[in-house]
Amino acid sequence: MPRRKPTVWAAAVKRKNQRLVLLALTIAAMLGAVLLGMSALRDQAAFFYAPGDVVAKGLPLDRAVRIGGMVRRGSIRRHADGVTIDFIVGDDTAATIPVRYTGITPDLFRENSGVIAEGRFQAGGRFIATQILAKHDENYMPPELTRRGLHKTESVE
Amino acid sequence: MIAEAGLGALWLAAALSLLQLVLGTAALRPGGGADPNPLLRAVRPVAVAQGVLAALSFLALIWLFLRTDLSVALVAANSHSAKPWLYKFAGAWGNHEGSMLLWVTVLAVAGGAVALFERRLRQDTLIATLAAQAAIALGFYAFLLVASNPFTRLSPVPVEGNGLNPLLQDPGLSFHPPTLYFGYVGISVAFSFAVGALITRDVGPAFARAMRPWVLAAWIFLTLGITAGSYWAYYELGWGGWWFWDPVENASLMPWLAATALLHSVTVLATRAGLRAWTIMLAVVAFSMSMIGTFLVRSGILTSVHAFAVDPLRGAFILVLLALYIGGALTLFGLRVHTVKEGSTFEIVSREAALVINNLLLSVILGLVFIGTLYPLVTQAMGEEISVGPPYFNRVAGPIALALVAVMGAGPLLRWRRDDWRELVRRYAAPVLISAAALLLLVLFAPGIGILPLLGLTIAPAIAAASVAPLWRRNLRRTPFFVWGMVIAHLGIAVSLAGMASESAFTKETLIAASPGQTTHVGPFSVRFDSVNPIAGPNWTAIEARLTVRRGDGAAFALAPQARMFSSPPTPTSEAAIRTVWDGQLYVAIGEEDEQGRWQLRLWWKPLVTLIWVGGAMIAFGGLLALLGRVRRARRGQPQEVLT
Repeated sequence: MPRRKPTVWAAAVKRKNQRLVLLALTIAAMLGAVLLGMSALRDQAAFFYAPGDVVAKGLPLDRAVRIGGMVRRGSIRRHADGVTIDFIVGDDTAATIPVRYTGITPDLFRENSGVIAEGRFQAGGRFIATQILAKHDENYMPPELTRRGLHKTESVE
Repeated sequence: MIAEAGLGALWLAAALSLLQLVLGTAALRPGGGADPNPLLRAVRPVAVAQGVLAALSFLALIWLFLRTDLSVALVAANSHSAKPWLYKFAGAWGNHEGSMLLWVTVLAVAGGAVALFERRLRQDTLIATLAAQAAIALGFYAFLLVASNPFTRLSPVPVEGNGLNPLLQDPGLSFHPPTLYFGYVGISVAFSFAVGALITRDVGPAFARAMRPWVLAAWIFLTLGITAGSYWAYYELGWGGWWFWDPVENASLMPWLAATALLHSVTVLATRAGLRAWTIMLAVVAFSMSMIGTFLVRSGILTSVHAFAVDPLRGAFILVLLALYIGGALTLFGLRVHTVKEGSTFEIVSREAALVINNLLLSVILGLVFIGTLYPLVTQAMGEEISVGPPYFNRVAGPIALALVAVMGAGPLLRWRRDDWRELVRRYAAPVLISAAALLLLVLFAPGIGILPLLGLTIAPAIAAASVAPLWRRNLRRTPFFVWGMVIAHLGIAVSLAGMASESAFTKETLIAASPGQTTHVGPFSVRFDSVNPIAGPNWTAIEARLTVRRGDGAAFALAPQARMFSSPPTPTSEAAIRTVWDGQLYVAIGEEDEQGRWQLRLWWKPLVTLIWVGGAMIAFGGLLALLGRVRRARRGQPQEVLT
């Protein structure tokens, strides 16, 4: 291979600056990652709303959110298509959220039990769930609910 | 008796790890030097004995589980006499204490293997490595013996045990935790090598060659663990998804990303004596990620199927271990990094440069996953509850991962040290043309695909072609194993990418409430819902739907999704029925019955989805070939340099 003229890069690195260049690149890459990550988090992170929060903070219409609470006893209504359900989620305040979901509910979804749903609010206040989160076992309680003491207000039947 | 023997072996192993640490440290004092006195030669045998004792302790636990000895608290809490034997066996690590014992056993056995088989490394570096290994193990022994004793007796002895979480009662899953643990522990061995080399100022190609097999082995196991975990989530959770960006999944992905970067940088160090400090730093990062993974999964911070016990003491203990190890490693790195020699230099168009870009992009993805995984924990501590899910991860990590894959195609086509960019353009021309053709076909025949799947499908065939290009004009029978390994692993990435992109671009879904006798359609299939029947298994009962499926005019086949109810503990689960055909999978789950006697059925046709896991297996197999190739070369004493 014929020897070529060293490039600007080569001239720089030959003077033992390569480590510095690599370090600078690394720092730039990590800074870029942090900036990109934080800005994306602002748009994409889903905030958690309990029914009481909706009253306190207003309807978040511009983004996907998570809601959680207890499925009110006797509130599950099936639509004629057989796969869409409406139900009402409550918490220890008087507030409730009407929810609509199309799909197969997780194995442990039932009335008077904790639920977490992901989706968006409609302007009228109804929550259109895209996903109802599965629980892994009988005793599982979403941490968002446990911390709010919800499992104490609605006792086990 | 067996429980006490197991506990005794565990205490002895812990004592030996302390001895190993003390002897190793003594050997490294100035004057201990290159020719340690006979006492210090004991470090190797001590490491071997520690491995044997830890293994005996774990065997004792397995024995207790197989016999369902209910006088042991752990067995009573997690097993049941009516369980199939495989799950009794796997139940030994399907709980917090047992899994931590498995962790430390694998660590100790790996340490013993290093002591037995590592002959190429400088004597003092090896002793420092074993001392570092002992220091890591000691923390986990303390954790087991103080906060998570697996051998605690129970009095009075209960009549029956509690059983294992039914979601965990799955043959594939029985081997998922050990696989990931082998990966985590392999990384900790690589980290110990890095610490040893830092302490004895021995960071060079010889050290890199000693470390590389461990990085490779760890990486193979992590790849297998992630692939198996993904397939488990896919068929067991019944939602048809294969990756959820769940924090627990991220806990295994982050060490994998770091290990992947380390694997490539250690090759630069072994082959070209470059990227020295960077490789050490990556070893520290990879180890930190595997510790954080263990912490996230085991501390109970995350509530999931993986968090067995939510005990604040344990969480705090693991957090302290985490801080000690990561803090110690970073401090050592900071104190010693100036002693690491400047690596060999290279030009901007060279294989080294491509590998640097690979490392930077992997680090960026790692950083983004890290931020997304930990951010909810931080905001939660500040009183705001948020969740970060697929929208974030797909948007930030997706494009960078695609860029990384594109660089991956170019890297192996470059020469070490310096290359000509015009040459690169020429070699990369064919893949670029393939990409253009793929893009044209997709736009013409499958309009309306999302941008990320479209890009994925566009570059996957090109990368597949670029991956096999290093074999071009080579004598295939004389091509070394590790070149085959690289080619197959890179090809696996392309295959997996094609599967992911195809799944998200072409999946067809049907959701209906069907009466028996009714026929529905999904993709090219017609599905007749015949009947529902109650059936029973060893420790569950179920409602099973019978479906007759036909593709066009092809032969009919049966599918039988179930809704199961396990008896101990009583838990409902959904067992999807999956039919694999050559070009994808048909996936069916059954839901509930409504008032009119209709059953909810959810059907997916997922073209080429199988490629995701086939690709994962290829990546792991490529790693295995590379590992065999390296070990064989080392055995024969052939030079490891491959300067092309």
